[in-house]
Amino acid sequence: MLRFIQTRLLLTIPVLLGVSLISFSILHLIPGDPARILLSDAGGSGGGGDASEQAYLNLRAELGLDDPLIVQYFHYISNAIRGDLGYSYTTSQPVGNTIIDLLPATLQLTIFGLGIAIIIGLVLGVIASMYQNTWIDTLTMIFSLIGLSMPSFWLGFLLINFMSFRFGLLPASGSEGIQALILPSATLGLVAAGTIARLVRSTMLEVLQQEYIVTARAKGLRYRSVIIGHALRNALIPVVTVVGLQFGGLLSGAVIIETVFARRGIGRLAIDAVLSRDYPMIQGTILVAAFGYVIVNLIVDVSYAWMDPRIKYQ
Amino acid sequence: MAQMSSAASTPLSSAAADPLQSQFARVRSRRSDFIRKLRKNTGAILGLFILGLLVLAAILAPVITQYDPIAIDPVNRLQSPSREHWLGTDPFGRDLYTRVVYGARISLPVGIIAVVISATTGTVLGLIAGFYGRITDGIIMRLIDILLAFPDILLSLVIVAILGPNLRNVMIAVGIGGIPRYTRLVRGSVLSSRELLYVEAAKVIGVPNKVVLFRHILPNVIGPAVVLSTLSVGSAILAAAGLSFLGLGAQPPTPEWGSMLAGGRQFLTTSPWVTSVPGIAIMLTVLSVNLFGDGLRDVLDPRSKKD
Repeated sequence: MLRFIQTRLLLTIPVLLGVSLISFSILHLIPGDPARILLSDAGGSGGGGDASEQAYLNLRAELGLDDPLIVQYFHYISNAIRGDLGYSYTTSQPVGNTIIDLLPATLQLTIFGLGIAIIIGLVLGVIASMYQNTWIDTLTMIFSLIGLSMPSFWLGFLLINFMSFRFGLLPASGSEGIQALILPSATLGLVAAGTIARLVRSTMLEVLQQEYIVTARAKGLRYRSVIIGHALRNALIPVVTVVGLQFGGLLSGAVIIETVFARRGIGRLAIDAVLSRDYPMIQGTILVAAFGYVIVNLIVDVSYAWMDPRIKYQ
Repeated sequence: MAQMSSAASTPLSSAAADPLQSQFARVRSRRSDFIRKLRKNTGAILGLFILGLLVLAAILAPVITQYDPIAIDPVNRLQSPSREHWLGTDPFGRDLYTRVVYGARISLPVGIIAVVISATTGTVLGLIAGFYGRITDGIIMRLIDILLAFPDILLSLVIVAILGPNLRNVMIAVGIGGIPRYTRLVRGSVLSSRELLYVEAAKVIGVPNKVVLFRHILPNVIGPAVVLSTLSVGSAILAAAGLSFLGLGAQPPTPEWGSMLAGGRQFLTTSPWVTSVPGIAIMLTVLSVNLFGDGLRDVLDPRSKKD
């Protein structure tokens, strides 16, 4: 087990380096000189976009753009490790602090969404597999197919319209309190539940045909306890991996949901940064999100191996 | 040489009395078997039917609509659905039915082109990684791991941040995001078919690697990639609409469904049709693609069949 974790950790290092390299490259891959872009953005249209040559040279030196790329990358990495991700072009605030401020809100949304997705997905998947090829099965599968096909931003609008404006049950926007969390995480969870339900159904159907299930039934155990005690337990193993992948999907979903519900969070922060060409902020949010995703997947992989000992030996 | 290699790739045909004839018969029966199975799959047929209608609507857009999808008409702003405007009008007085029909001309190709980008690039990378192995495989797969480290939209954000927000870049972004799945899938199939007899035979008689790879291995590993493509068109359409919704893709007044939906957010209570019409359009399109893709997978991969 320890060996498996070691190998998995070692494999993560090149990925994290690659992620940091991509994040670093953003500033250098945009067409044009970053210093000129920054000056013309900051200067607005007042000076006709022509920043003085001296200001330009100063900024280049300040941003370290005159150093060789490899030196710049090294600086970037060593600063990032110390939590220094630069300053936002738009607010002049440290990028790291802004992200730390907003990260809990996004994590809250993602975890609640994941919880809702797992509960709904499990219940629907198990029910569908228990009543295979009946109208109940068809109905639950239609529901999950609709979930897969529904744009989350439209579902969000529908929920806002009905639950907030029509019936006044829940707030339509905002980030404060548990009430404001319900609609956004429900939107996120409902959309993701479809994938989980389909997977649970198919793994359950596979497990239900195993001999140990037949044995359990043959020795007179009740159907329900066979389903819960024997089948579900084994069917859950592949579901764990998908839940890990879903976490990435939910993180992506959070980007959209935060915009729909006007919530604070790093998803919306990233979008605003892209739209306002705030490059340090883009780099920071992307670096943090990708690192988080890689680490979640690492945890999922390890817990997967822990749950199913066959994995360790490939 | 070409004759020899084609014989090597179909070793069974030489056993029959009339090899070509029996080969044709087998292909024909396989094809009719496929069509028969697909016909029995209600979901697939339904999906194909809706998809056909959407494609038809996109092609015939100027014929089946009577308004301009872009010209502003302030007098008729936010009209509810009526005989003149079947699906109502938007905040600029534009006919929503017209815009949603023209939107099919954008969303369908965007989804398909994105998938073509990911499927072709991903397949070629998977072929190369699986066939050449060693360092080539190592480098390609590490690159794929890095791509996989970015959750879907984040990767698109990186690409749009670099290239700038517009519809073409969204297609590229969504396309690049889809590459890893194809590479992994195709690489796996190549690894198992690399050891098969017909590949060995082709290599032994001196067929160049490139020919072995593209003429002999590719046709045998392409099936699952095609199924994956069909299944991904739906999510590609959703992703592209999502990016346009966020303002990173199609820009107003382009009648793109995602950006149409974003434009209706202030009128949720007073004129819900402004958001519902493009919302339903997106859902119906993705649903039909998914239904068809599911059906296709069931038919081509008997293991995943319902019963």
